[in-house]
Amino acid sequence: MEMLKENWTGKINEVTIGATKEEGGTRSSKVTVGGENTLPYLFKEGAMPNSPVIAMEILDTEPTDWPETLKKPFADVLKDPVKWAVKCQDACNASIICVKLQGTHPDFGNKSASEAGKLVENILKAVKVPLIILGSGDDDKDNVVLAKVSQVAKDERCLLGDVTEKNYKTLTASCLADGHNIISESPIDVNIAKQANILINEMGFPLDRIVMNPTIGALGYGIEYAYSVMERARNAALIGDKMLSMPFICFVGQEAWRAKEAKSTSAEHPEWGEEYSRGVSWEIETAVSVLMAGADILVMRHPKAVEETRKYIDKLMQKK
Amino acid sequence: MLIIGELINGMFKDIGKAINDRDKKVIQKIAQDQVASGAGMLDVNTGPYEKNPKDAMKWLVDTIQEVCEAPLVLDSTKADVIEEGLKIARKKAMINSTNSDDSRLDLLVPMAKKYKASLIGLTMGKTGIPRDKDERMEHAAKIVTKCQEAGFDLNELYLDPIVLPINVAQAQGTEVLESIKEFKLLCEPQPKTVVGLSNASQGTKNRPLINRIYLVMAIANGLSAAILDPLDKGLVDAAITAELILNKNIYCDSFLEAYRKK
Repeated sequence: MEMLKENWTGKINEVTIGATKEEGGTRSSKVTVGGENTLPYLFKEGAMPNSPVIAMEILDTEPTDWPETLKKPFADVLKDPVKWAVKCQDACNASIICVKLQGTHPDFGNKSASEAGKLVENILKAVKVPLIILGSGDDDKDNVVLAKVSQVAKDERCLLGDVTEKNYKTLTASCLADGHNIISESPIDVNIAKQANILINEMGFPLDRIVMNPTIGALGYGIEYAYSVMERARNAALIGDKMLSMPFICFVGQEAWRAKEAKSTSAEHPEWGEEYSRGVSWEIETAVSVLMAGADILVMRHPKAVEETRKYIDKLMQKK
Repeated sequence: MLIIGELINGMFKDIGKAINDRDKKVIQKIAQDQVASGAGMLDVNTGPYEKNPKDAMKWLVDTIQEVCEAPLVLDSTKADVIEEGLKIARKKAMINSTNSDDSRLDLLVPMAKKYKASLIGLTMGKTGIPRDKDERMEHAAKIVTKCQEAGFDLNELYLDPIVLPINVAQAQGTEVLESIKEFKLLCEPQPKTVVGLSNASQGTKNRPLINRIYLVMAIANGLSAAILDPLDKGLVDAAITAELILNKNIYCDSFLEAYRKK
């Protein structure tokens, strides 16, 4: 029987994170994502030249709301973000480190831009893999902090974020000047995702340096909704919508470990079973779901979840 | 919908003069302006009075390709003039046009196949302009059959139902619109459709309004492509909006700009 194949005309942009010495940076490796011209893993219809990648997330301040399961593997480094980054690189083989500058938030430590800059400088010295650097989510503070961080990491071709439809000008200008990639964020809304990308692009920012954060919910918290928004954007991209042809970044760890099903202890909910595998599974299931929707970069937290998801990606990519 | 810019035509005074003087700048500017305004392809016609149309076609194609990536629609009543353009076209071109006459079909279908070009088929023949939808369907069926026999990919065929001026052939409006819909029933894969839009308003008052509404109605009937003036911003905006309403593109607040960035 003849196989019915879709003939896609569009292609997702390839975005490269990290710059080596030859390129003016100091990274020993770089990571390229995107480039697919088919729906995820349909290798008979098209190609996925780059495998999805996993970035491991660290915070600039000791996490206060992480459950024991998540803190335990990093117990010796949680107070020291530089050591934490090194551990993710060396012990967990993270190909990208994602630094979230949570502690710069006015309500969570209010660290200064220069403190954040110094930390990023130290992490860049200590690890050799590329960096994703995130603000705290407070627009006004992020505009100061991320501008500083962008300068400190100039020419390292990091991925900085997030910018939104309402707050994009300052960080877009910084990333343009300092040679970084940027994350455009939208609240599980394909129309706003497209609008954010076009606004960034209208400032002269190249489309092939934008990565989209479609925002996701964890398993049990609206993941189907996130899935269908990603699917709609990807379908449009593959028929040629240039304003939606960006790779996806999905903050799997953040979302999964917010779910009570992931973080409750066995004592609180004995009927839900043993907490370690429950929490880790919750992160893996969330990761797998967004991979199926086309995620290109997963930002994850637990080493075991990272390890299992990586195995899963490798299996998916073998079907080439 | 594919927008084909109509402005590079020797029939227009300034373009005719530029071709005559071999003035590259005029041609290159109009090419770039049309693409920036949303044209996906550019029609190239040396005009009816050109003494040496083959040379003129070659010069036009070279001149446009120096500055412009957009693929070209080679427009002439003479097959050898079209072929002159096909020989040097860098991107996949379109032939404008054959009709249902055997003599034209036997020449242009193999030519389109040879150069891997798309082909516009006017649904008219020796007997002149079609009177109604049925005559249009007959011509269309003949063109489709010839293409099938020649092994020409029907995805590359654009049937033109022949838009006529609304002030002289008012009854033809509905015939054209229904033909656009029914051509698709002729074969699998469905042939595409194209109109020469400006003809609709020839000799009328308020040409932009007539063009705009005609185009929107044609799009609603499934039109695939139109040869038109892309510098008429209101016209292109109307086309973009019509496609948005048909859910062909994803909405965003800057949807007009987003389309033009394609």
